[in-house]
This record gives sequence, C-alpha cells and structure tokens, in this order.
Amino acid sequence: MYKITAKRLLAPSIYLMDVAAPRVAKSANPGQFVIVKMDEKGERIPLTICDYDKIAGTVTIVFQTVGASTKKMALLAEGDYFSDFVGPLGQPSEFIEENIEELKQKKIIFVAGGVGAAPVYPQIKWLHEHGIAADAIVGCKSKDYLLLEKEIKAVAGKLYVATDDGSYGYQGFVTDLLKDLIEKEGQKYDLVIAIGPMIMMKFITLLTKQYGIKTIVSMNPVMVDGTGMCGGCRLTVGGETRFACVDGPEFDGHLVDFDEAMRRSTQYQTEEGRAEIERQEKETGHVCNLGLGEHN
Amino acid sequence: MEIKKRVPVMEQAPEIRRTNFDEVCLGYSEAEAVEEAKRCLHCKKPLCVTQCPVSINIPDFIEHVKEREFEKAARVIAESSSLPAVCGRVCPQEIQCEGQCVLGKKGDAVAIGKLERFVADWSRENNIDLSQTLPKNGRKVAVIGAGPSGLTCAGDLAKLGYEVTIFEALHKAGGVLVYGIPEFRLPKETVVQHEVDNVKALGVKIETNVIVGRTVSVDELMQEEGFEAVFIGSGAGLPMFMNIPGENSNGVFSANEYLTRSNLMKAFKEGYDTPIKAGKKVAVVGGGNVAMDAARTALRLGAEVHIVYRRSQAELPARAEEVHHAIEEGIHFNLLCNPVEILADEKGWVKGIRCIRMELGEPDASGRRRPVEIPNSAFEIEVDTVIMALGTTPNPLISSTTRGLEANKKGCLIAAEETGKTTLEGVFAGGDAVTGAATVILAMGAGKKAAAAIAAYLKNK
Repeated sequence: MYKITAKRLLAPSIYLMDVAAPRVAKSANPGQFVIVKMDEKGERIPLTICDYDKIAGTVTIVFQTVGASTKKMALLAEGDYFSDFVGPLGQPSEFIEENIEELKQKKIIFVAGGVGAAPVYPQIKWLHEHGIAADAIVGCKSKDYLLLEKEIKAVAGKLYVATDDGSYGYQGFVTDLLKDLIEKEGQKYDLVIAIGPMIMMKFITLLTKQYGIKTIVSMNPVMVDGTGMCGGCRLTVGGETRFACVDGPEFDGHLVDFDEAMRRSTQYQTEEGRAEIERQEKETGHVCNLGLGEHN
Repeated sequence: MEIKKRVPVMEQAPEIRRTNFDEVCLGYSEAEAVEEAKRCLHCKKPLCVTQCPVSINIPDFIEHVKEREFEKAARVIAESSSLPAVCGRVCPQEIQCEGQCVLGKKGDAVAIGKLERFVADWSRENNIDLSQTLPKNGRKVAVIGAGPSGLTCAGDLAKLGYEVTIFEALHKAGGVLVYGIPEFRLPKETVVQHEVDNVKALGVKIETNVIVGRTVSVDELMQEEGFEAVFIGSGAGLPMFMNIPGENSNGVFSANEYLTRSNLMKAFKEGYDTPIKAGKKVAVVGGGNVAMDAARTALRLGAEVHIVYRRSQAELPARAEEVHHAIEEGIHFNLLCNPVEILADEKGWVKGIRCIRMELGEPDASGRRRPVEIPNSAFEIEVDTVIMALGTTPNPLISSTTRGLEANKKGCLIAAEETGKTTLEGVFAGGDAVTGAATVILAMGAGKKAAAAIAAYLKNK
C-alpha cells in the first residue's frame, strides 16, 4: 500500500499528490513515469512523474480527471492509499547521460501544454541543479489552468506563458509563441523538449522541423503493464515499431508517426467518454486530447 | 491382456462452457481417482519419472491414491513439486510422463496429470499443511519474478532455511499463471492463490511492484540490501509481432495484452475498471497454448474466432487437450495459411486479414516440416480484431542494467543448464528468461535445479 502524504488542487480538475513510495523515489529520474492502481478492481493508470524526494521517499504525481478512473482517483484524500504504485518506468531523459559541459553550451527550451507542465518540471529542475538554465513555454487554456508557475519559474531561465484566451501572458497557442520567439525575437534554440497533448506535440514538431531544431517529445499511449509485456503502447518511430513504455516514453519528435499514435489512443474510448470530451470542448472552446491514455 | 480404458474425467459441456469462464475440466472424484490409480502397473523402472522435469515419484504417489492415502500422496508430490495443482492442469503430460507410460503403447496411458491434480486439490480442500522447513539460517537470497521458476526456487530455498524475498514486477504474484493462463484452465482464486500462499507459508516474502532493472538493480540488491545470491526468473514477457503492413491498426493486439486484460485485470468480470475490446469476429494468429487461450477467451467474450496457423494440425505446438477443447467449443481452424497484411478501414480499424496459403516442405531446424507459400493463393478473412500469438522473448531490462550478466542474441540469459549459473558470480537464472518461451514445468525444473545450486554455492561461500 502506498500512502498519499499530500494532495492539492492545482487547477480545475487537476490534482497533485505526493505518494510514499521510497523505492520509486530513490531510483526516479527526469523523463520517467509510474503506474498507479487504486484498488483491487482498478485499472493500471500510467502517469508522469512530476517530482520526487529521495530523502522523504515520496513521488509527486499530477493528473487531470478525464475518465472514470481518474475521477475516482480524485476522490482519494491525504492519508488514503493506492494499492499499487510502480516505477520508475521508461528511459530517463536523454540529457541526463550527456556531458554536462557540452549540455551547458546548448540553448534548451521546454514546451509544455496543459498537464504537460508536470513532467517538464523535474527535467528543468534537474538541469537547474546541474547549472543549466533552460527556458520554458507553458501553455494552457486560461490563467486558472496554469500549473506550477512558481515552481517552474524558480528553476527555469525564462518562463513564457501562453493562454488560449489571453487571460495571462501571451494570447495564443504554444506553437505560435515558439514561432514568435524564433522569428520575431531572434532566439536560437538547439533543443526543444515538448510535452503535452499529442496534437500539440505534433504541431510543435512540424514547426521545429522547419528550423531544423532537434525536438524530443514524451508519449503517453494506452498501456497495461508498462514493462514491455502488452505491446499496447506501440508506436511507429522512424518507420519502426517501438514500445513507449520501454523504448521511450521520450522519442525524437521528428520521427514519431503522430497520426497513428492519435488514432491508436482512441482504441479504448467509449462512446460515453467521447461524448463527454466533446461536451467539454464545446463548453470551453478548447480542443483537448489529454488523458487519451486513459479509457474514458 | 485387455488394457482397461482410462477413467474419463468430467468436463463442462462445450456448449455451456463456451459461455462462461469457469474451469472446463472438473477433475476426478475420489472414487474415480482410486479407480484410475489402480491402472498403474508400478513398473520397476518407471519411465514416467524420467520424463518429469521435477522428477516426481509418480508410481509412489499413485500407489497412495490407490490405497486412498491422499495425504501421503500429497507429501510424495510435495517432495518434488511446489505447484502440483498448477502442473496437474497445464503440463503437456502427453509428451512428458504420460508419453512414456507403458500402458500408452497399446491403449490409454495412466492419467497421471489428472491424478496429480486430484491429489493437489484434495490436499487444498483438506487444508493439509506441507510447510515444513529447516530452521532459518539467516542468509538472504533474492528471487526475481514470482512466476513458476521463481516460486519453485524460492520454495525450495525456504525449505532449506534460507530467507528468501521474491521481487515481482506486477501487482500480483504468479507470473504467467495469473496474467497468461485463463481462469477456465487455471482458476486464480482457488488454485493459483493457494499455491502462492503455500510458498509464503514457507516463510518466503513477496514484494510486488518492484521492477528489477528499474525500481532496483541486481547490484543494489547484492551490495546494499544484503542478498548473497540472486535467482532471475523474469520469464519471457515481450510479445513478438509479424512486422507486416497494418499491424498497428486499431484492433490488433498481442495475445499478452488481450490475456493480461482479461486474466490479470479481470476485464471479463463485471465491476472491474480495465476495458477489453472483445471483438465480434476475431482472428488469432499462432498455434501454441497462448493462441488457444486467446481464442477461447475471445469466444467466451462473445466473438466468432478463427485460428490462423501456418502449418497443419499435426504441428500445432499447443497441448493436445487444449486443441481438442478449442475444436469442441467451436473455434474455427484456418490451417496452412499465413497472414501477409492486416487490412484497415478509413478510420484505421481492422476490417480483415489477408493470408496466403501454405504447404509443408522439408523439415526445418525444429524437426517440423517447414511451411512454404503457395504462389498466388492470397485470400482475405473478414475480421474486426486480430490477436497476435506468435511467442514471446525475454525482457532485456535486467541483462541491460546488470554489468557482467550476459545474454545471447535472442536476449536469453546465458546460464548453465544443470545449475542455472550465469556469467555473474552469485547470480543464477532459469525458466523462460534463459530458454525463451517454454512451459510452466520446465521453468519449475530450472528453478529447482538453481535452488540446489544456490544452496551449494552459499554453503561453500
């Protein structure tokens, strides 16, 4: 059993939880994820790691309620338990293996969309701890949905915020903002790391391809075990089938077949779940495909 | 002399069992078991024992069954096997013990598997305590994977007094017994859980949700956590695909995924959250036990099911009983045909599978006749779901994160056959992680040999 030691509502329907999982905390690195399971009858839900405290033995997760399971999860309170919490899964971010001096020469910008701000945070933090100030663009639909602003600001070089409705920061999509930074402000980037909804990552990679900037994306497809057993998370990367859980979750974004990945992510959606997403989209005017990894 | 026929075993009728997940075979009653036990000739040199990977004293336990001494029979089996209720159900007896039975030469072999199952079930139902161990010796051994080889190795070491911890990647112990083999062949709550509990009763600790190679490394277990030896029984978990066009279409699943959703996550049961796409018309590609399990699971979830296999019925690698049951239940067999493409509709969902007809040529390395394509014989089967059951390979996670631990080209760990000794001091391995996908009983045999080798190693250390 894995105790929830803290819980916080970050934005409407977006929660943060600290979970006591000493083994996971000890081994966790930026870029990796965990799988949680609430109880005997629950499904295994993959979630990115937002932070970890190796001394306290806790791992921080952030999730948005999209389907039946994440809605149930949101009802858990501080002091409650997950029956299962396994990880860290997947490969750590590529940069942690790189030569730090070479890395310092690179201009890195992170692009996060929605709850993508959560997995981006430990990466920027890791770089910060190694003397590297990476920039970040965080996009969301409106000011209320902006996550971890203070935390990211504390470890990033420059933080740019984009909101769909212009209620805070730049008005527009993260792709538009990145384009402006490159074209209007003459910023030069050597590496873009984009994490967020698949459609966002797709358009970021289309943009960066024009400028020839290496772009890493983090995929979160449907999976069961997270250890390479089920093959449900398979993607086409550079014409080859790869498993997001063991080969990823981070890949060269210019090689990922996003259309296939988006299509595959709808496999377990129910009619009801699709209708709910459409209803929310109509209400907010925000095209959301977060949490497609969960059946809803 | 007329050889008496084997006592038939009760089974659920095919038309009924195809609509439920309850066990197909109902097992012998006491009277039936005793009757069947009487058929054993008690050969002076019992060939059956030589074919048992864990060398159960078969004539001895059968003798006790004949005398209605069921507890004694259970103790005889327990000397050699820690998972008899499992093996009685899933071993390929026809090519092992029963395959060498003298009676089998002119008639039916003794139903050794069914008798083993009877004894194990009787022992469970009568709460026989088989948990005798030597006093604890305070020396720690780590076992990676709570599947058949790991449970066996852990059980044997615990009996010798070692303090054993099993690290299991999934949230439940059992390995392939819980995620792979379906309920209708191997009941989880009664049979598997009980066998796992028996191993725990020997003092073995099981820590679930630990992925060795990710959560903790082999080196950390040995250097920081005080384990003096490690047994790797991590199985062969990675599914193979055919690499044909259309294989990533929506509605194409590995048998591992399909079966894990149904067996481990209990997607077939009301009230469980994990979904499964059962399919209306399903093609299962492959001819092994896993293919039969996937096909019969899909059938029970309401689908019309077609096995697609590139050789003929004689070469099907599945246990004879599973093929027989599948045919009885109405699974369609498309033999001597091989998929070349999976066809998808405009939205990317499977709508069919294009196959090519095969004929059998010369025997290949496996001794089976090699299937050869018949030119211009392509045809299509209309299906909405395809399940790939082509075999599995070992997960490279441990070998790739443990310096000095070598694997071969196929990703199988290199280990000595008689001892399980790997290329790394103090580290042993066995089961599918070494051999590639094989059977439960072979994995148990390897776990057993490794346990003996680990005990010998630690004694001399």
